[in-house]
This record gives sequence, structure tokens and C-alpha cells, in this order.
Amino acid sequence: MTLYDIIFYLFAFIVVLSAGFVVTTRNIVHAAFFLVFTFCGVAGIYVLLAADFLAIVQILVYVGGIMILLLFGVMLTNKITNVDIKTGTSHLLPASIAIGILLGLVVSVMWWTPWRSEITVNPITTTKDIGTLLINDYVLIFELLGVLLLVALIGAASIARRDKE
Amino acid sequence: MGLIHFLTLSAFLFSFGVYAIVTRKNAVMVLMGIELILNSANINFVAFSKFGNFGLGGQIIALFVIILAAAEAAVGLAIVLNIYKTFAEVNVDEIDKLKE
Repeated sequence: MTLYDIIFYLFAFIVVLSAGFVVTTRNIVHAAFFLVFTFCGVAGIYVLLAADFLAIVQILVYVGGIMILLLFGVMLTNKITNVDIKTGTSHLLPASIAIGILLGLVVSVMWWTPWRSEITVNPITTTKDIGTLLINDYVLIFELLGVLLLVALIGAASIARRDKE
Repeated sequence: MGLIHFLTLSAFLFSFGVYAIVTRKNAVMVLMGIELILNSANINFVAFSKFGNFGLGGQIIALFVIILAAAEAAVGLAIVLNIYKTFAEVNVDEIDKLKE
């Protein structure tokens, strides 16, 4: 067992454990903070997969942006008079059985499939190559996503705005 | 440590995301489940990109998925805020005005 494997199992353990807490805890604020651990663990997995730029983007956008947004969503949609903000659950047992079957199916199919596996030597830093690809091969998607972000920004602001009556 | 380990991890993350979407009543928790699913898809993209000799294409697609997740979270939370303003309620099973 090499150091790489140990680090992988450490991060995988963090990801699976905190994701499990996210879906089982009844307190939404606790779930949001466990989600931070999940995102950080996924960023570590990206580093193990030689995607350093992606790992930093994951931490910046997910932990710094989306998590704050979700927490604002929690704070703005609950009465803060009681400290613990609970969420109800429904169909726990059938959902657990169905998800267990789904997980078993997906994992068994994955283990039986002969995947093509060629280890490639990635460049030490991927930032420069990603930048070059973004403005060459993927420039159309890049520009479209810029427009999409603008549309989402304006749309979210106009949907969430309070009307002056 | 091969491709299969990363795929198994992402399968676990995907299952947890689906479980959150199916069982949680609060709309914000449903959005958190969607984020988990998007993360599992991203792990798959990056893992295939590394082990399948596809260059950096998978990483760039994962980057686009992160951008789409940000846009989705913004619009989704705006809709949740508006629902809360209208119904004073964010539990997805109690917002059934369209039902007869």
C-alpha cells in the first residue's frame, strides 16, 4: 500500500462519511457544514487525479460560493426563532432499499466492466494547458457559459427580488 | 489504485445525492443532494480523463459542470426564496397547489 493509496482512502473516507452525515442529519445547518467537508474531500480527490486547477476552483466556487448561497437559503427560508432548523423526511425505508439496490447495481457493473486504463503522465501543472484549451478548442462553450452565467445572475436577481407593492 | 476505486467513490456520492433528493422534505436539502450528484459526475469526468488517456478534456468539462452548478444553485435558491415568500413554506411535499 503506497502513500498514494493511503491518501486516497483518507479522502474517500472523509467524502463518504461527511456525505453520509449530510443525508442523515436532521439539522439543515449541520448538513450544510458537513457538505463543506464533502467538497473539500472531493477537492483532495481531484489533486490525486492530477487536476490541481480544478481542485482550487472546487474550493473557491463550491466552498466559497455555493455553500454561502445554500446557507443564505437556509437562513432566509426558516424562522430563526428556534436555533435548530430541522428538516422532515419521508419514505425513509423504501428509499434506503431502492438506493441500496441502485448502488449495488452500479458498483457491480463498474467492477465487471473491463475499463481501458492507460496511465498517462499529466503535466505537473495543468493551469496553462487548460487556459490554452479554453480559448482554442472550447472557446464556443466558454463564451456560451459566460452568457449563461449572466442570464442566471439577472434571472436569479429578478426572481428573488421583493416587489414593491 | 486504479480507475475503479474512483468510480466506486463517485457511485457512493451519487447514491447519497439521490437519497437526499428522495427523502428530504426541505427544498434547500434537495438542492444539496443535487450538488452531491454533480460532484460525483465531476469525479467520474476527471478520473476518465486521467485513466483513459483523453488529455485535459475531462477536466475542462468538469470545470463547465462547476460553472453550471453555480448557476443552478443561484436560480434554484431564488425560486426557493420566492416559494417561501408566497407559501411561507419550503417543504416540497406541502407545495401542492396544482393538485386538485
